[in-house]
Amino acid sequence: MKFISEFRRSELAEGLISQIHRQSKTPVRLMEFCGGHTVTIFRYGIRQVLPQTIDMVSGPGCPICVTANADLDKAIALSQIPGVIIATFGDMLKVPGSRSSLQKVKANGADVRTVYSTMDALKIAEADSNKSVVFLGIGFETTAPTIAASVLQAEEKEIRNYYVLSLHKLCPPVIQAILDSGEVKLDGLICPGHVSAIIGSHPWEFIARDYGIPCVVSGFEPLDILQCVDMLVAQIEKGESKVEIAYRRGVRPEGNQQALKLMEQVFEPCPARWRGMGEVPDSGLKLRQEYQRFDAELAFDIALSPAYEPAGCICGDILRGVKTPLDCRLFGKACTPQYPVGPCMVSSEGACSAYYLYGGDFGG
Amino acid sequence: MEDKILLAHGSGGKLAHELIEKSFVKALANPFLAKLDDSAVIDLSGRLAFTTDSYVVSPIFFPGGDIGKLAVCGTVNDLAMSGAKPLYLSLSFIIEEGLPRAELDQIVDSTRKAAQEAGVQIVTGDTKVVHRGSADKLFINTAGVGVIPEGIDISGSNARPGDKVILSGTIGDHGIAVLSQREGLSFSTRLESDCAPLGNLVAEMLAASPNIRCLRDPTRGGLATSLNELAKQSKVGIRIEDEKIPVREEVLAACEMLGFDPLYVANEGKLVAIVPAGDADKVLGAMRRNRYGKSAAIIGEVTGEHPGRVVMKTVLGASRIVDMLVGDLLPRIC
Repeated sequence: MKFISEFRRSELAEGLISQIHRQSKTPVRLMEFCGGHTVTIFRYGIRQVLPQTIDMVSGPGCPICVTANADLDKAIALSQIPGVIIATFGDMLKVPGSRSSLQKVKANGADVRTVYSTMDALKIAEADSNKSVVFLGIGFETTAPTIAASVLQAEEKEIRNYYVLSLHKLCPPVIQAILDSGEVKLDGLICPGHVSAIIGSHPWEFIARDYGIPCVVSGFEPLDILQCVDMLVAQIEKGESKVEIAYRRGVRPEGNQQALKLMEQVFEPCPARWRGMGEVPDSGLKLRQEYQRFDAELAFDIALSPAYEPAGCICGDILRGVKTPLDCRLFGKACTPQYPVGPCMVSSEGACSAYYLYGGDFGG
Repeated sequence: MEDKILLAHGSGGKLAHELIEKSFVKALANPFLAKLDDSAVIDLSGRLAFTTDSYVVSPIFFPGGDIGKLAVCGTVNDLAMSGAKPLYLSLSFIIEEGLPRAELDQIVDSTRKAAQEAGVQIVTGDTKVVHRGSADKLFINTAGVGVIPEGIDISGSNARPGDKVILSGTIGDHGIAVLSQREGLSFSTRLESDCAPLGNLVAEMLAASPNIRCLRDPTRGGLATSLNELAKQSKVGIRIEDEKIPVREEVLAACEMLGFDPLYVANEGKLVAIVPAGDADKVLGAMRRNRYGKSAAIIGEVTGEHPGRVVMKTVLGASRIVDMLVGDLLPRIC
C-alpha cells in the first residue's frame, strides 16, 4: 500500500464529500486543534468543498505559535551567555521574541545550531565538552519523549554539558482551558494525530463525556480529514458524543506506552504560559527532581527584561479560535512570511501562514 | 604528486601549473584550453546568450551526480532556457586546502562527461585555493555562452492566455537526493538527483515547434517559484492541476517526513515550457521521445484571470494559491 498517494485519491474524496453533504443538516462549528491539520485543510481547499452548514475554526496546535514571548526571550538570553550553544529545531529560528529572534542573534555571532533530532544536540555536547549545549525543548507530547530519551542518554553517558530548556506543552489541558473560557462554542473536535499517536485517544474522553463534544482523531492526508469530518457529522446528527479514531494506521486508543513511560520518567506536569491564554495549570512539563541538573533554567543565570507583544498582533486570539487571521489588520500587510510580526505567520504550521500561503482570494 | 590540495596549488607557481596541466587541461582536452593563453578566442555569429552561475552544493558528491556535473548542467540549462544552443563554458574552482586530489579529479572528470553529453566545450578556467574554513571543500563558478537560432523568441514575458503549461518530468528529485546525504539528516533512499543537461531536449522541442513561448528550469524554489516568475513577468494567471504533476512516491514520502511541499523542492534536470495550445501535443510528443522528457505532462494552462498569480486545482476539486517560496527551504542545494 502506498501510504501517501492512497490517501490523496480524488475518487475516494468525492464519495466522502457527497456523503458529508447528504448527512450534514445542523449548522456546526468544528475545531481542528492541530496546525498540521490546518495546513492540510488549506493546502487541499477542504473548507471549499464542505457544505455551508460546517464552519471550521483553527485551534492552538502549533507549538511554536503558543510559546509565550517571555519564554522565547529566555532562549535568546541563553544564547548570549559565553560558551553556550543553542541547539534547536529549525522552525524556531525566525520566531520573533520581544526584542530579537534566534536568527538575528545568530547573525550577530551567537552559536545557534539547527538540529533534526535531540540526539544530534547530544553529539554536539559530546564533541565539545568545554561548551554548554542547551536544547530548546519546544513541542507537544509528540516531541517530549525524544527529549526525555536524550536526557536519559546524557545521564548514561555522563555528558555533563547538555541542558534542556523545557517549554513543552500538553494538549488536553489547553483544550479544557479553551472550553472552560466559553469564548468559542464548539460542536466537534478534530483531535491531533501525532499527539494522539503518543497519548492515545483516552485522554480526550473527558471532552466527549463532560462537555458533550464529539471527538475524532485524524491523520494528515486530505482523505483522513474528510473521513474525520464525516464521522463528527455522523455523531452530531445522531446526538452522540464519543471519542473515535479516524487514523487507525497511526493511533491506538492506549497510545505509545513506551514513549509515555520515558516522558513520565523524566518530566512532570507543571503550569505553563501559553500565548494568548496566559498560565494554564498542568499544561507544561518540567524536569523531575532527579534530572534537575539538566534543567537550563536552573543551571544558568538568565537575565530577562520584561516581555511584550508586538502592537496590533492578534495571534493570541487566533490561537484561542476567537478570531481568524483575516480579522487581523496586520495580516498580509505589515505581517507576511517574509516579514512576520507574530509567530502564527512564522511557523509552517501557523494559521496565519496557512491562510497567507494557500488562501488569499481563492481558498479560505 | 601531493594527494591533497595545498595552498601552494593556488600560488601560480610550479604546483599550480602542475595542477592545471594534470587535473584540468589533460582531462578536459580541447584546443582552446591547450593553448594556455589568458583568454579563449572564439569565432561566433548570431544572437548570443550569456549566463553565469555559482555552485556551492553540500555535500559535493550526492546520489546521481556531484558539484562538477551540476555546474556544467546548470549552466547549459540556463542557456537552453533562452532557446540557445549551448556552446562554450568557463569553470572557476575555489578550493579549500586539504581537498583530496582524487576527489578533485573525479569532479573534473564529471564536468568532462557532462560537457561531452551536452555538446559544449570548457574553454577557459581558473583555480584558487583558500585557507581551511574559508570555503567548504569546493565552490565552482561558471559562465556560458550559446547562440540563439533565427526565429526563436523565448522569454518569461511571452506567455498568453490559452497557452498550455508543460512539465518535463517528476519534481523534487534533486533537492531530496541531496538532502538525504546531509549530515544529521541522513535517511536512506534510492532516489537520485535528476541533474542533466537539457540542451538536446530543448533543441528537439524547438524542432517540433519554433513557437514555444517560455522555458524555465525550476531549480531553487522549485516548480512553484518558476511558475510564479512566469505569471508575473507575462502578467497572466496560471492554473495547474495537482493530479497532473508527476512526483515520485519516494519524494512524496520524504517531503511528508520533513514538512516540505514538493512544489518548492529544487530540480536540476527538469524544465517547464509554455506553449501555444495548438502546438502543445507536438511539443509534448517530442519531449516524451527524449530520455529527459519521458514523463512529460501538460499540467495546466495560462489564463487571463488573476494576473501574476498561480492557482492550483487540488485533488478535492478545490482551488488554492501557489505562492513563491519564502526564505530558504534548504540552503546550499546547488
